[in-house]
Amino acid sequence: MAVIIMTAKEVTQRVFNKQELFLLDVRNENAFQDWKIEGQNFEYLNIPYFDLLDGVDEILDQIPTNKEVLIVCAKEGSSIMVAEMLSEAGRDVSYLQGGMKAWSEYLEPVKVGELKDDGAIYQFVRIGKGCLSYMVVSNGEAAIIDSTRMADVYTTFADGIGAKITNVFDTHLHADHISGGRTIAEKTNATYWLPPNDATEVTFDYQPLEDGNSVTIGNTTIKIDALYSPGHTIGSTSFVVDEKYLLSGDILFIDSIGRPDLAGLAEDWVGDLRETLYKRYRELSDELIVLPAHFMIIEELNDDGSVAKKLGTLFVENHGLNVADEEEFRNMVTGNLPPQPNAYQEIRETNMGKISPDEERQREMEIGPNRCAVR
Amino acid sequence: MNSDKVLDAKGLACPMPIVKTKKAINELQYGQVLEIHATDKGSKADLVAWSNSGGHELLQSTEENGVLKFWIKKG
Repeated sequence: MAVIIMTAKEVTQRVFNKQELFLLDVRNENAFQDWKIEGQNFEYLNIPYFDLLDGVDEILDQIPTNKEVLIVCAKEGSSIMVAEMLSEAGRDVSYLQGGMKAWSEYLEPVKVGELKDDGAIYQFVRIGKGCLSYMVVSNGEAAIIDSTRMADVYTTFADGIGAKITNVFDTHLHADHISGGRTIAEKTNATYWLPPNDATEVTFDYQPLEDGNSVTIGNTTIKIDALYSPGHTIGSTSFVVDEKYLLSGDILFIDSIGRPDLAGLAEDWVGDLRETLYKRYRELSDELIVLPAHFMIIEELNDDGSVAKKLGTLFVENHGLNVADEEEFRNMVTGNLPPQPNAYQEIRETNMGKISPDEERQREMEIGPNRCAVR
Repeated sequence: MNSDKVLDAKGLACPMPIVKTKKAINELQYGQVLEIHATDKGSKADLVAWSNSGGHELLQSTEENGVLKFWIKKG
């Protein structure tokens, strides 16, 4: 029987379309428990490849024959080995090309909306890690917000639609993933904007992004308005694009809110977070469509794979926006914090330009899920 | 640390370090120690989990200049 190669893009389509898939994850148990491919109609079986070296006969009755079967490992080598063994046993199975390494890096561009005068805004869904980044396009110019480490994806995409990248923004100093912002700005001669309160220790030149700053993309004035919104980090800044979209960074998500402790300052920043979510955001239009920098659970995806919802809806539905009592809010945010992302301190130092790990190390630092939210 | 056998798995990618380790351990007597040299970073977590599930004992592991070394006592 055939061994089929499945790409991260093909798996992403199955996630978006809520298709069924049976995943045989052959990584060790801890790696599987920590982080796996999530899909609403996915089924899982975790058996480490090293328990299958003598053969797959014992697990054959656990592998369905009426469903697509995908074998997954860290880099792909072990999944190929197991796929070949299952194939010899008469099964049609696929393996994930590039393994979880490829899954962690894959970005799916989804158009989330039109802007005036033929402009558009795209969301790049990093499906394996839950990171969301954005490209705002207008009249041949593009801006990128919260880019991931995979800088080529954005430059290639911009080339493909005939747009020149002129401005690159990070809403805050990221601790969960390595920013590609500086690399893209250097490659394209674009301006790189960072909130100065988050950038006190950076080792490179940047344009300070301050409350009330307005940047125009294209000559049709798609305006990006900066809104100072501390709480996740002291410098966290949101953007209002074309008076229609609220890019909320790591402050507000669809089903949760940002956690304020990645630099170890939860107690200090919880007040800022409260002020941002309960005062500054309340003054904005309910009609704004919130585009966050993360999703935490696969249920937050819309049917087209995008992650977006009206601010007015979130004020009703998002638990984190509905805690009337300040003390209760404080307890919710600072108590029961999820574990900090893998290597978050090293990631921050990389984003500040203090250290420059090689690509292999950068990849390793980012492995795993993101843990930026409190629910 | 003393060992009864040394396995050079440097430059090999997953799953080969474990495949070779399993083979080499099979050739040892109970209580003997296998020393493994590997460069695949992922092999560390897998060797720990494999040793546990197979009843072997990981006595020590070191990392120097990108080379991971493991000492596993056959159980």
